[in-house]
Amino acid sequence: MARQPGHSIVARFSIEAVRCIDAAGRAVGPLPGFAADKRELAALYRGMVLTRTFDQKAVALQRTGQLGTYASSLGQEAVAVGLASAMRPEDVLLPSFREHGAQLWRGVAAEELFRYWGGDERGSDFAAARADWPVSIPVASHVPHAVGVAWALQLGGAPRVAVCVLGDAATSKGDFYEALNLAGAWALPVVFLVCNNRWGISVPVERQTAAGTLAQKALAAGIEGIQVDGNDVVAVREVVAGALDKARRGGGATLVEALTYRLGDHTTADDASRYRDSAEVSARWHEEPVARLRAFLTAQGLWSKDEEEALLGECHAAIEAAAEAYRATPPAPPTAIFDSLFATLPAALEAQRREVARRGGD
Amino acid sequence: MAETETSLVEAVRLALRRALAEDETVLVFGEDVARNGGVFRATEGLFAEFGERRVRDTPLSEALIAGMSVGVAAAGFRPVAEIQFMGFLYPAIDQLANHAGRLRNRTRGRLSCPMVLRAPYGGGVHAPEHHSESFEAMLAQIPGIRVVVPSSPARAYGLLLAAIRDPDPVVFLEPKRIYRALREPVVDDGAALPLDRAFVLREGDDATLVAWGAMVRDCLAAAAALAAEGLSCEVIDLASLSQLDEATLLASVEKTGRCVVVQEAPRHCGFAAEVAARIAERALLSLQAPVARVTGYDTVMPLPKLEHLQLPDAGRIAAAVRETMSYR
Ligand SMILES: Cc1ncc(C[n+]2csc(CCOP(=O)(O)OP(=O)(O)O)c2C)c(N)n1
Ligand SMILES: [Mg+2]
Repeated sequence: MARQPGHSIVARFSIEAVRCIDAAGRAVGPLPGFAADKRELAALYRGMVLTRTFDQKAVALQRTGQLGTYASSLGQEAVAVGLASAMRPEDVLLPSFREHGAQLWRGVAAEELFRYWGGDERGSDFAAARADWPVSIPVASHVPHAVGVAWALQLGGAPRVAVCVLGDAATSKGDFYEALNLAGAWALPVVFLVCNNRWGISVPVERQTAAGTLAQKALAAGIEGIQVDGNDVVAVREVVAGALDKARRGGGATLVEALTYRLGDHTTADDASRYRDSAEVSARWHEEPVARLRAFLTAQGLWSKDEEEALLGECHAAIEAAAEAYRATPPAPPTAIFDSLFATLPAALEAQRREVARRGGD
Repeated sequence: MAETETSLVEAVRLALRRALAEDETVLVFGEDVARNGGVFRATEGLFAEFGERRVRDTPLSEALIAGMSVGVAAAGFRPVAEIQFMGFLYPAIDQLANHAGRLRNRTRGRLSCPMVLRAPYGGGVHAPEHHSESFEAMLAQIPGIRVVVPSSPARAYGLLLAAIRDPDPVVFLEPKRIYRALREPVVDDGAALPLDRAFVLREGDDATLVAWGAMVRDCLAAAAALAAEGLSCEVIDLASLSQLDEATLLASVEKTGRCVVVQEAPRHCGFAAEVAARIAERALLSLQAPVARVTGYDTVMPLPKLEHLQLPDAGRIAAAVRETMSYR
């Protein structure tokens, strides 16, 4: 652009993209330290396989009328597992509705997740990860919560970080920008993990925004934005770990855009063949994260057929047992719809609660 | 303890100061609340006394203010956030309805949301457009939150303290028309008033006047005028719209047999309709006349020169009572 007198460039930007293992399972450069430990890689692999097994079972339960509408994370396992494996237990996860893998990693039981997606009020809580948030069904309105939590963590003084996961379409919303802006202005210990799976139901990311990357949306808020190959669990873990470390040291917020692909329908209530080409989906299967890490492990001589079979069997058994426990759950008492509404039920609502209790036998 | 003649806005400040002093986890924030002390001065002096850790200016960002309140509350603090004018609270409704009112239920009590969202509300101060709104009924329909409206300095003090100490979310609507219009003795003794309780401000036998916020004053004026005509009116300040103190309301209507409900918000689906419905459901046979409503019209809040047409006043209220008395 020709520069005229009086005109000057006052800002330029660039966005870094990180990948450790390519789609064929080859290291593209020196790997992060943790990747030298087979147990670490095997744990990441197990996390992804468990997540995929969980997704498959959830969809099967839905198809047979045993679960409500469900949002599968097929193809995105590396994002959930990569980010969760980088977090410390005392960090706080604020997920959107497709991070089952992160919740499982952090100790939420598959049985508890089934209960929630199955529509049981009691599935709204879980026994582990007690400071973590429930999934946010409203898109992006949980991002302001993350900066509120991050402020609380900052005030508390311990080096803990809030991690908020949202989708590509979520970055079109105002509350996302409002939260990002505060994170910058107050240098809050928060990581925004934008899971760019290229689709917001039927709208591709190119029609969601003209921005070349979603990571650059961070720059206007004065925070760092970085891209990572979201099908590369090693890279996701490494980049999120870097962002967490920076936040712990008082360096403020980071937006991490993880590039992945939603291989399945938006939810079990959706039929993606109405709006996207099956050729696109088939091509994307060549980049998916589970096969990628398996290829890497196998090529390194770190993974045998026996180990693979044992792992699949173990994950299958764990998820089947969880599904069985879910199916065996006795019905919730009718009063469950009132019992956690307020710390103490206001007198004005007692009559309604009594009515519901009476109707229990309906 | 010294009683000091105090205005409503000063009472709000006293309660905020008391809460900040008694509880380390109380945080006050919002637009222009710190250095400037709030555009109505409700937070004046708090920044100087408690510092930026506790009293903080936020970006101009209403959805954020409500949303970060949910986050910081669930993480162990007691946020008392200000929305500068109720007209700008609409973006916060998303957070109130989708999250604040649901978080405890959504986690079976694991996470909770002890937040207060304060907002000056209502007309009568010749403010620019969008600065005189009252849509309390929209808020009162949200499950899991309380909506509280003080109508005097003493009730502002006691109810705000109660709201801050309450373990669940409270929207606290401050009738800015009477921020400075009346003074009364307020004892800064830290005593809270009960939430979910209506206040009988004047006893009477002929008719019950029900209101909240700035309209309470007009009801009291109407009751005084009607007393000169030999009519004895009971005046109830609902104070807590949710949860509604039905018992106090019904006891009064059963005694008087006549009721006039007053609100400055538009008529259609206003909170007065809920009051009338409760009476119809539970006290119909005590009524000697239809329940009357004196309300704003179903139009947008007028610009200042005509806003007096929208706002009920003592004259309209008294006329409604006389009309009610004509049923024999
Ligand atoms: C505020 C809001 N608007 C619309 C919806 C309906 N909806 C659910 S998910 C979704 C698309 C979200 O896309 P993205 O943020 O990319 O996340 P993804 O589903 O791809 O994980 C929409 C429109 C919603 N849940 N919340
Ligand atoms: Mg998406």
